[in-house]
Amino acid sequence: MPHDHHDHDHFHHEGMSPSGHPYRADNDGPLTYWQRMEIAVRELLVEKGLITPAEIAAQIEAMDARSPANGAAVVARAWVDPDFKARLLADASAASREMGFDIGPLHLIAVENTAQTHNLIVCTLCSCYPRNLLGLPPDWYKTREYRSRAVREPRAVLREFGLDLPDDVTVRVHDSTADMRYIVLPARPQGTEGLDEAQLASLVTRDSMIGTGLPRKP
Amino acid sequence: MGGQAAGPVPMQGHDFALWEKRIDAMMVLCGQKGLFTVDGLRRALEDMGEDAFEKHSYYERWIAAVNQNLLEAGVYSLEELATRMEAVAARGPTYAEAQDG
Repeated sequence: MPHDHHDHDHFHHEGMSPSGHPYRADNDGPLTYWQRMEIAVRELLVEKGLITPAEIAAQIEAMDARSPANGAAVVARAWVDPDFKARLLADASAASREMGFDIGPLHLIAVENTAQTHNLIVCTLCSCYPRNLLGLPPDWYKTREYRSRAVREPRAVLREFGLDLPDDVTVRVHDSTADMRYIVLPARPQGTEGLDEAQLASLVTRDSMIGTGLPRKP
Repeated sequence: MGGQAAGPVPMQGHDFALWEKRIDAMMVLCGQKGLFTVDGLRRALEDMGEDAFEKHSYYERWIAAVNQNLLEAGVYSLEELATRMEAVAARGPTYAEAQDG
């Protein structure tokens, strides 16, 4: 196979990172054109006095600190507190801020899974995602395959994630935009009556808040 | 691309590299400082055409779109960018060596 820097299928399967992701060839390979552009643009922004290195470092730190645990805490609160749940479904941005999460200026909408309805989120344009509550999106969320097919054959996509929904469950697909993002409020699993809020949060997976999965069973 | 036919969803992921996180951070900061908007990012991404999606990775497309918007906003010139990218290349063959001027 010819060597190609821009090969889009350059994942390495033999070595896995500590978090279970394959390493990517360009993490430690030769300096690429786009890395040079990143360095050059960043340095020019700093030299023009528009951005400081400290701001970039702080932004990366804030981003790294966000994880699906934030979203899970919101979901668990909604499961134990009906008033909070009502506020979340009315205005998810405000309800999340109530719990101390920075949502930024965007409009966040929580969509509730019930016995009759299953919700799935996608961004067909690109990669809009409730990143303030879930962290950065997984790679598959950004792929052509997911974005194309989630709106065309969501049940087939869900089966690839191991979720085979009965025909009598309605699937609603929500297409995100830069200013309007969705998060799924999954249904509280049965048999969790005795669990406290923190124990409930530990059942809430990232994929259950995207709609490609369900919460763990206790 | 919504609604088009496509193959199975690839489930592999990867850890974000420092240069990718820096691009993400720059985009957020440029938005906060009013240098350009997320709509500007989108427009530049759409202008690349469909094949850019196959040829370039996610954050490669992002840095190209960030750069396009900053050039249009007059934050720096094409000459300044070219000169700096050459200087960066001269620092060394890896990202670690080239990342700090």
